[in-house]
This record gives sequence, structure tokens and C-alpha cells, in this order.
Amino acid sequence: MEFFRSHVLVCSGVNCSFRGSRSVRAALVEEIRAQGLDKEVRVIETGCFGLCEAGPVMVIYPEAVHYCRVVPDDVKEIVEEHLRKGRIVDRLLYKGEAQVKGVQTWRQIDFYSRQKRVVLRNCGLIDPDSIDEYIAREGYEALGRALRMQPMEVIQAVKDSGLRGRGGAGFPTGLKWDFTARAAGDQKYLICNADEGEPGTFKDRLILEGDPHSVIEGMAIAAYAIGASKGFIYFRGEYKLSIDRLTHALEQARAYGLLGKNIFDSGFSFDIEIKVGAGAYVCGEETALINSMEGKRGEPRFKPPYPASVGLWGKPTCVNNVETLANIPSIIRQGADWFRSIGTAKCPGTKVFTLTGNINNAGLIEVPMGITLREVVYDIGGGIPHGRAFKMAQTGGTSGGCLPEALLDVPMDIDSLATAGSALGSGALMIMDDSHCIIDVVKCFLQFFRHESCGQCTPCREGTQRLYELVDKISRMEATEKDVELIRRLARTMEDASLCALGQTAPFPVLTTMRFFPEEYEAHIVHGMCPAGVCAAASQIA
Amino acid sequence: MKMKSLDELKKLREKAQETIRLREQEEGTKIVVGMGTCGIAAGAREVMLALVDELQKKNLKDVVVTQTGCAGLCEKEPLVDVIRPGEPKITYGYMTAEKARSMVTSHIVNGQVIGEYVIAREDSGD
Amino acid sequence: MAIAKEQLDSAEKRVLQIVSRYGANEEHLLQILHDVQADDNSLSEAELIQVARAMDIPLSRVYGVATFYSMYSVRPRGKFIIRICESAPCHITGAQSVIRAFEQALGIKMGETTKDRKFTLEYTSCLGVCGVAPAVMINDRVYGNLTPDKVQEVLSACEND
Ligand SMILES: Cc1cc2nc3c(=O)[nH]c(=O)nc-3n(C[C@H](O)[C@H](O)[C@H](O)COP(=O)(O)O)c2cc1C
Ligand code: FES
Ligand code: FES
Repeated sequence: MEFFRSHVLVCSGVNCSFRGSRSVRAALVEEIRAQGLDKEVRVIETGCFGLCEAGPVMVIYPEAVHYCRVVPDDVKEIVEEHLRKGRIVDRLLYKGEAQVKGVQTWRQIDFYSRQKRVVLRNCGLIDPDSIDEYIAREGYEALGRALRMQPMEVIQAVKDSGLRGRGGAGFPTGLKWDFTARAAGDQKYLICNADEGEPGTFKDRLILEGDPHSVIEGMAIAAYAIGASKGFIYFRGEYKLSIDRLTHALEQARAYGLLGKNIFDSGFSFDIEIKVGAGAYVCGEETALINSMEGKRGEPRFKPPYPASVGLWGKPTCVNNVETLANIPSIIRQGADWFRSIGTAKCPGTKVFTLTGNINNAGLIEVPMGITLREVVYDIGGGIPHGRAFKMAQTGGTSGGCLPEALLDVPMDIDSLATAGSALGSGALMIMDDSHCIIDVVKCFLQFFRHESCGQCTPCREGTQRLYELVDKISRMEATEKDVELIRRLARTMEDASLCALGQTAPFPVLTTMRFFPEEYEAHIVHGMCPAGVCAAASQIA
Repeated sequence: MKMKSLDELKKLREKAQETIRLREQEEGTKIVVGMGTCGIAAGAREVMLALVDELQKKNLKDVVVTQTGCAGLCEKEPLVDVIRPGEPKITYGYMTAEKARSMVTSHIVNGQVIGEYVIAREDSGD
Repeated sequence: MAIAKEQLDSAEKRVLQIVSRYGANEEHLLQILHDVQADDNSLSEAELIQVARAMDIPLSRVYGVATFYSMYSVRPRGKFIIRICESAPCHITGAQSVIRAFEQALGIKMGETTKDRKFTLEYTSCLGVCGVAPAVMINDRVYGNLTPDKVQEVLSACEND
């Protein structure tokens, strides 16, 4: 085997790719060859490091030096100075808000040192295109061990871990597996939900791109537990890049016999097929997703019956989120007690969040459940850019709630956020500074819902449209107190009568902002002014 | 190749771990080669390549070779620092590929500092 | 309105080829429509009829699917579909000004296609690249961190493709 004294890991996650990491990598390979270092230095494409805001990101081992915002023009200097002479290129180091001098190794950067990586343990460390590197990190060990257990023992282990679904609803994973395992029927299916349409969420894509085998392994274990021989990954149509990566990973797993017939000589057979959507947020809802996989319009079905008993083609089906499944191998390998030692009693483990909006370190992070919103925003997220003030954080994506500064100390776990009037949801976390108007973003949320409502049930189809119109009226300073009352009544109807959670949660952002930012509503309605100056500006332009 | 058992997986894993060890290391012995312009002129690259090769041959896994810029001792180049956890930093001067190889055997493997090559010793304050 | 026979005939061969690649099973309908649409970014009536025939599914069902998903279009579209994200993370990082810049540069409004059939402007929900918001997706490619200044550059990149 060849030995390289240095490994250069270049991020090939989507965000860095769009910032030009491919041309950086190409330039690097070229320059290393030109300087005759290609027998000593290896260049590896890896998954998202998380610090996407500072992309393209690159880490050079063995020193673990972390470079940010690298452009092809920097490459010559990196090779000449760092790789040849061992002199760190200071100007490319990560610098926090208050720091003048850069931080050298990624392990010292606050952004990383405060995280706890379980799901993302391999992201930014291995080459996702190499199953060998995954195996080097204990990959597929859990599958081998699970296949020596009884399916019910596997389910028990997941139950004991307390893992709850990471797709939004937070349903206990072990219990869901148990239902599917006990459902009558020989043919059962496992579906990995990679639809990921929640605005502000891109974790599933980066997990699948950065460590595809952790999801494949998780799926194989889940399938064994519930008694499925066939699995699917449902991607949203926009995720072409991830689909290619995953196809490659599936081929590798098959070549090693980790998918296919008689895995590890256990008698268990399982394979995975990729399905692709065509652009519809509602298809993330599990029954709509099943309809879409059957080639139909992605309209949610009535529940019950739940997919666990009547799912894909009428067969018992278990639908799990990407992140949920990526947790499974670690749980089997390290045990339920280990998993419970992370996070809170009711929400063990970690959560992957995507930080977006007005925040310095926009990107992907993984932290123990129960960490406070303040820690995430300031210690890891690096605070608000351009010296502006924090105004609002929306947790759980567009259907989540909007929290004010006074609630910055809320613990980020499923139950605490629900108690605070918001939701953990998919892990989207959007930060907004004081230059924005609450009414204006709420309008933006509602625009999303009226666009994405599938139109099947009236409360949701009509409700999302009317809600939008009412908030639009507020933004045009034409609303009265009566309209506010109307919003409340409409919201209640939608929550009670919508068929699926899309309609049920659509009023959420309106209700939480009415509760936490009443002064903004008052300003628009009573005083006819927009404190942030956004709404007035819009109407003047129109 | 289809894997049939956990043992086969383990074998593959051990092999594969070699590839990524470099990235997981947080502690362990560090060998630092001075790679300033003067160091390179004095033959530091040959020294470094010899070190890497020797470590590889001896299958020494917990040792990393890194580089550093000019240390200001240009006339004693090529310089090599050896930092072992909990021991003072040893700096060797006037290194050659030959000397580097024997240093690996006696210092890294057997813990015997080669006194005659040493030009500085410094307690690791950090 | 009846469809000309030539249109039906010309669609037939292509559609049959695509359908045979996946099989006529209804579960493959979405993928088949993706491929059928790939030539000109839209699904013509003739194409939908041929898909329905080849797969033995009622035309109304095929049409229902083609109009449900936002990536399909039954109206003619340009060679480059510029899908601008209007979800909140992009919204608060300046999507509005990017939208205006695209409209101005192309001389059309959102939802319209340029006369030369080159560009179509569409809204989309989150593209999952909010790390580089505001973002747009043009056919299969995503462009992020946009500002009004960069719009011209993005358009020229398409022209040169
Ligand atoms: C409108 C709507 C959209 C959803 N979108 C997603 C999604 O993109 N990804 C996802 O995993 N779950 C999504 N869900 C939740 C799924 O219905 C389902 O609960 C989840 O996939 C179950 O996996 P888990 O138990 O592992 O969380 C959505 C739900 C609704 C109502
Ligand atoms: S995509 Fe590169 S750091 Fe996130
Ligand atoms: S909000 Fe625009 S890409 Fe996610």
C-alpha cells in the first residue's frame, strides 16, 4: 500500500461545490504534480465540514490545519508554503468575529470543538466515495453484529436508546419498527425519506453526500429488524448530485456483499433502490411520499391506517428519516447506554441543525439535544454579522415557531421547544437580524404554504390562501383588529381540520409571531408603520 | 470480494485503517522537519523523504512527520525536531538521510536520543 | 382541439423508447416524465397522450401527475429554467433584489419565458442549499451567494454552456 505523508481533504459538499471547491481541487492536484509532490501528498474529496459559510473549506493532515475561502489562486501558495515548506498560510486560516489571528487546526475552532459528532462523525474526515475508509471507521461492524442478534433484540436496543425520529415528528423509532415488525404480511418495505423539502434544511443531503454508507448500514439494520427485504431511498428531484454519489455507494456495498443476498452468511437478504421525486414539498409527508413512489400525485392519505400496517403497495412499510437511520449503526455498536449519555433524558442523542439566515457561521452543526439556543447562535454560530442585533430565531423550519431574544436560553430538544411554543422539527434554524420585518417574513412563510398545499383538503387549500391574504393586508397597513381575530379563528380551523400536518402547522409561524412580537403587529395595524421599514419600502416600489 | 463474516470485515478494516490513521491522530510522536528555503537547500527534502520511508518500513503507526518553516538556525540545517508526548523536544542538526534513518531506529523505536546529533533540548511547556 | 397526427407520431418513438427503459409499471411514471421532458423542458399534449398509451394509464392520471409536481411543465418553457428560491432563508438574505435583477436583465416577469425561448423565470421553494443563500437553480446547476451584480455573470455562464 502506498503511504502519503500528508492528506489534503477538500470539501465537496454542495455548498462548497457552489463556491468553487471543484476547481480548487483540480488546481491542487495539478500544482502538487507540478511540484513533484504527488507521491507524498494525497488529495481527497470529502463531505461537508459544516462551516459552509467559510467555504470552500480544506483541511491538511497530519497537522489538521483548516483553511477557509480557498480559491484556485491560493493553491500555488498552499503547495509551495505549506506542503513543501511546512509554513502555514496565515491569511487563509479561520478567523472568528473578534479574532485577529487565525486559528490553525480545526480541532481548536469553537465551531467544531463545541459540537458532538455522532451522525457527522465521518463527514469531513473520510472520502465518501470509498467504502474502505468507511469500514476503517468501524463501518458495517454494527450490521454484522445486528445480524447475529434476533430482530426483536435489535428493536429492543433501539427502543432502549430512546432514539426519536429526526424527520420532524419525533416519534420513537424503536416503537415504529416494532409496529412494522408485528404487522401481518410477508412482504414489508423500508423507506428512507430523503425528500428534505423543509425550507432551511439541507442536513439529509449533506449526510448522504458526506457519509452515504452510514445511511445504507442503518437501513440494512432497520430492514433486518422489521423483516423487510427491500428498501427505497426517496430523493427530491433537485438532488441530482447526491443521487450519483449514492448510486456509487450502493454499488460498492453490493460488491462487498453488504447488500444483496445472504449478507454476512446470515440468511438475510436486502437491497436498496433509489426513487426520485419531482418537486413537491408535501411529498416529504410519509403517506404522500408513498403515493409518489407508486407513480401518483403526492397527496397524503388518511391516517389510520398507518404505513406500518398499510403502506407502499398496501404492504407494511416503515418510513424513517435519513438522520434517524444514520444514528442506528452507532447505537448498535456503542449501546443504548452510551446513546442515552448524550442529550436529555427524554431526547437522547444529538441533533443535526442547519444554520441559515443572518448568522456568521451558516452551515451544518451537530450538538447534543438540550443545548441552548444561545449557545448555538453565539458560541457555535459566531453571532450576528455586520454588527446587527438578533431579532428572531425560527426553529423547525417554515412550519416551526419564531422565538424572540427573551427565549434564547431555551434548550433545543423536542419537548422543551414544544413547551416554548415552537418545534424542533427537521433541525432547520433560521436566524434573523433587526433589519427585517416580522410581518414580511411571515408573509414569506405563508407564500410557501399556499404554494405547497396539495389542494386535497379544503381547510389547508383555502386556509393557506386566506392566511396569506390576511397577512398581506397587514403588510399593506390595511388590516384591522377584526382581521387579527379572523386569523386566530382560521388558524384554529386549520389546526383541527386539515388532513395532514402541512395544513395543521401552517398557522404556526403566524401564531407564534403574534404571541412573541405583538408590537410588530400593532405597529402595522394600529400605527400604520413598519418598524423595520421593509413593508413600506415594498409598497413604494410596487 | 464478498464478505462472509465479521472476521473478514475486521481484516479489511485493519488494512483500511492504515490509510486514514494520519487524519485521526491527535497525540503521539511528532517529527518536524525544517523546510525553510535554507533547509531545502541543505537537503531537508531528502531527510524528510527518508524519514517517511523509514517509518513506513518499520510500520510505525503513531508517528507523524510534519514540516515547519525556518527556525533561524540556518547554518545547522537540515534540522529535525522530535517531540514525544511527555518528553522534552529534541532538535537534531546537520541531518542527512542516513542519520535520519538511524535516528528513527534508536530514538523513535528504542527511545535512545542520539546525543552526537543533538543541537538543542527544550522542555515542552505546552 | 385535435392534435396533429405528425405531432403524435413524432412523440411516439421517443416515448416508447423511454418507457421501455424503465418498464410500463405505473411506479416509474415520475422518472419517465422526467426523461420525456428532458428534450425541451416541457411536456406537450402529444407526449402525455403517448405516455398514457404506452403505460396503459388513463390520460387524466398522467396529466394529474404532470401538473402536480413543480418540476414538470405542460406549458412550453425556455432552454434554461431559472428557478429562484423564494423561501425564508433566501428571502432574508436578499432574494428579492436578485429576482428584480433577473427580471430586468431578461426583460420578462417571473413565470414568463423570453421571446427567443431561451430563459424561463420561475419561483421555487427551498432548494436545500441555504448555506449559500440566496440561491437559484438553472436546469441541473445551482448558483449561490447571489447578488444583483452577479446575475449577468450567471446568465453568461448559461449562454456559454
Ligand atoms: C408536510 C410534511 C413534510 C415532511 N417532510 C419531511 C421530509 O422532508 N423529510 C422527512 O424525513 N420527514 C418529513 N416529514 C415527516 C414524515 O411524514 C415522517 O414523519 C418521517 O419521515 C418519519 O421519519 P422519522 O420517524 O425517522 O422521523 C414531513 C411531514 C409533513 C407533514
Ligand atoms: S459544504 Fe463544505 S463545509 Fe459545508
Ligand atoms: S431557502 Fe433558498 S435554498 Fe434553502
